[in-house]
Amino acid sequence: MAKAAKQTKPKTSKSATPDAEEWLTMYEQMVRIRSFEERVNLLYTSAKMPGLAHLYIGEEAIAVGVCSVLNAEDYITSTHRGHGHCIAKGADVDIMFAELLGKAAGYCKGKGGSMHIADQANGNLGANAIVGGSAGIAVGAAFSAQRLGNGRVAVCFFGEGAMGQGFLAETMNLAQLWKLPVIFVCENNMYNEYTHFSETTAGNPADRARALGMHTEEQDGQDIRVVYETALTAVERARRGEGPAFLMFHTYRYHGHHVGDINREYYRSKEEERDWVENRDPLALFADWLLAKKLTDRSVLDGIEAEVKEEVERGAQFALDAPYPDPSEVSTNVYA
Amino acid sequence: MSTLSAEKTGVRVLTMGEAIREALAEELRRDPTVFVMGEDVAEAGTAFKVLLGLVDEFGPERVIDSPISEPGITGLGVGAAMTGMRPVIDIMFGDFITLTMDQMVNQAAKIHYMSGGKLKVPMVLRTTMGASRRSAAQHSQSLHAWFSHVPGLKVVVPSTPYDAKGLLKTAIRDDNPVAFFEDKMMYQLKGEVPEEEYTIPFGVADIKRPGTDITIVATSSMVQVSLAAAEMLAEIGIEAEVVDPRTTFPLDKEAIIESAKKTSRAIVVDEGYERYGVTAEIASVIADGAFYYLDAPVKRIGAMDVPIPFSPALEDLTVPTADTVVETAKALCGRN
Ligand SMILES: Cc1ncc(C[n+]2csc(CCOP(=O)(O)OP(=O)(O)O)c2C)c(N)n1
Repeated sequence: MAKAAKQTKPKTSKSATPDAEEWLTMYEQMVRIRSFEERVNLLYTSAKMPGLAHLYIGEEAIAVGVCSVLNAEDYITSTHRGHGHCIAKGADVDIMFAELLGKAAGYCKGKGGSMHIADQANGNLGANAIVGGSAGIAVGAAFSAQRLGNGRVAVCFFGEGAMGQGFLAETMNLAQLWKLPVIFVCENNMYNEYTHFSETTAGNPADRARALGMHTEEQDGQDIRVVYETALTAVERARRGEGPAFLMFHTYRYHGHHVGDINREYYRSKEEERDWVENRDPLALFADWLLAKKLTDRSVLDGIEAEVKEEVERGAQFALDAPYPDPSEVSTNVYA
Repeated sequence: MSTLSAEKTGVRVLTMGEAIREALAEELRRDPTVFVMGEDVAEAGTAFKVLLGLVDEFGPERVIDSPISEPGITGLGVGAAMTGMRPVIDIMFGDFITLTMDQMVNQAAKIHYMSGGKLKVPMVLRTTMGASRRSAAQHSQSLHAWFSHVPGLKVVVPSTPYDAKGLLKTAIRDDNPVAFFEDKMMYQLKGEVPEEEYTIPFGVADIKRPGTDITIVATSSMVQVSLAAAEMLAEIGIEAEVVDPRTTFPLDKEAIIESAKKTSRAIVVDEGYERYGVTAEIASVIADGAFYYLDAPVKRIGAMDVPIPFSPALEDLTVPTADTVVETAKALCGRN
């Protein structure tokens, strides 16, 4: 497999106090997600990408903060908005682009696409296009980790819209009942597609986990330092056998529900969007902090951005040039 | 009825329930990654007592009582199967598979394909089928056609203790999601089961009774019904061949077509609803593969297209009987 560029895999420091290098690795991962997503937007709007594209831009601190406390062997399950989780867990952008374009070189030989990328080597058990549908997989992975005694944990990413699914409640019950090492990460970006969650969700979602006696936290999802610390505590508890956790992070998606969702004013205002982008951007907040703490300087951050952009561009080009799967592939992999 | 009247000395005779329990016990003993999970599976040994005693040998860590949570435990099974275990998920009534549909159809069945062959889901969903227990509409259905419809799933419908044991062992060792349907009226059915280890491959039909005049393709309890019909037909000089596909997917098309070619007449009997059912699929296979050999159209016999009623006076009308099979066979053979 041709690598588009040398990539720094996310370093899983799991340190309670990451050093400058570790913070910069996280920053780079956030930049990688944003840059990848901007390129996806371009591919999609220029009609080069089939299917649907649900952009994660604005939510990068959650994926990177959480995945940075995990090891490569730890599991994640993801959603229709899964590019960020996939990159944060260590995927290569060139192979991801190939999958998004339905090419043979893609993570799933072009059979999964944006909404189903799985990357077993990095513990990613797959994005999932069924809202709430992957909760069982995460709980099952945690179950096998507990039974096989391999010390792994599983993280289940989902949006607040999934709180409407009974399946999530059922799997949370199993996880808490059997003290399974699974972390439920609710990315509350406030909108279930085109409907504000207050119109769909009774009470505070986090209270449901509290009612089960589950370790529960509700935090700012735009500040990676908060996400990192919250996730670290939850993961360490789970590894010690103290059971699951429910983490709800408040966040915002800058773009529409999917790329085609352009006229959004009927469900959210331009002012609200502007406020988040200008005042709550996870990359800007992180950069400001790194600079204020003198952990880096602007030229280093600019360098990271330039390098990642180039890597992403090379990855996209690799995918555009890559061949489609052979037609004979259509009927392979139906059964193992 | 050679496989059923096994009263010869020296040959072991087990009930279907005992054969199933023995298969599970042997597999639990052989492979530490196998576990059984379901409602009341441990001390109670399931509602049908089929698993009685398993927990005594294997403990509650491997024979696990679950909450009443069919989607939850099925989803857990999918995730555990993807990460190194071989779950046997017990759904006490086949009617409740409607609750597992998303996990079976959208997750289990598709993960191998969508991941381009990277991920595997080696799990078994054990459940029941069949009417005639006066249990009414929500506890009497035979819904195996639903899973047979979906690429990625395999479906087993055993008709004898011998078959049930060998097929269940194969199911547990299979790397794909397998749905295993046991007719709840057949748990007391007796038959020969050898002491020594054996498995039965999927997709291989068994001729339960050879004949020359008409082919009766039958599944699960309908095999017993058809064997009884064949005895009655023999008395009036019609020799029926009873073919049991044993798995509705993979389906042994060749054996079915060969038999139809030999006899030139065919009836398909299955306890699922007649419309859009297993009988339609098999009838089409025969029409397609043996058209020029047929002396009459292929006939289908399934459950009546109504919710199964409670009253014995009504319920008995809905399920195929030996008399119905005899009448249909006589008509096809021009013997009315
Ligand atoms: C079971 C199911 N129902 C409906 C949909 C259609 N759908 C896709 S995304 C979505 C909204 C999800 O909102 P949320 O969970 O908050 O995630 P977000 O898109 O905000 O990341 C819906 C309704 C689906 N994919 N699956």
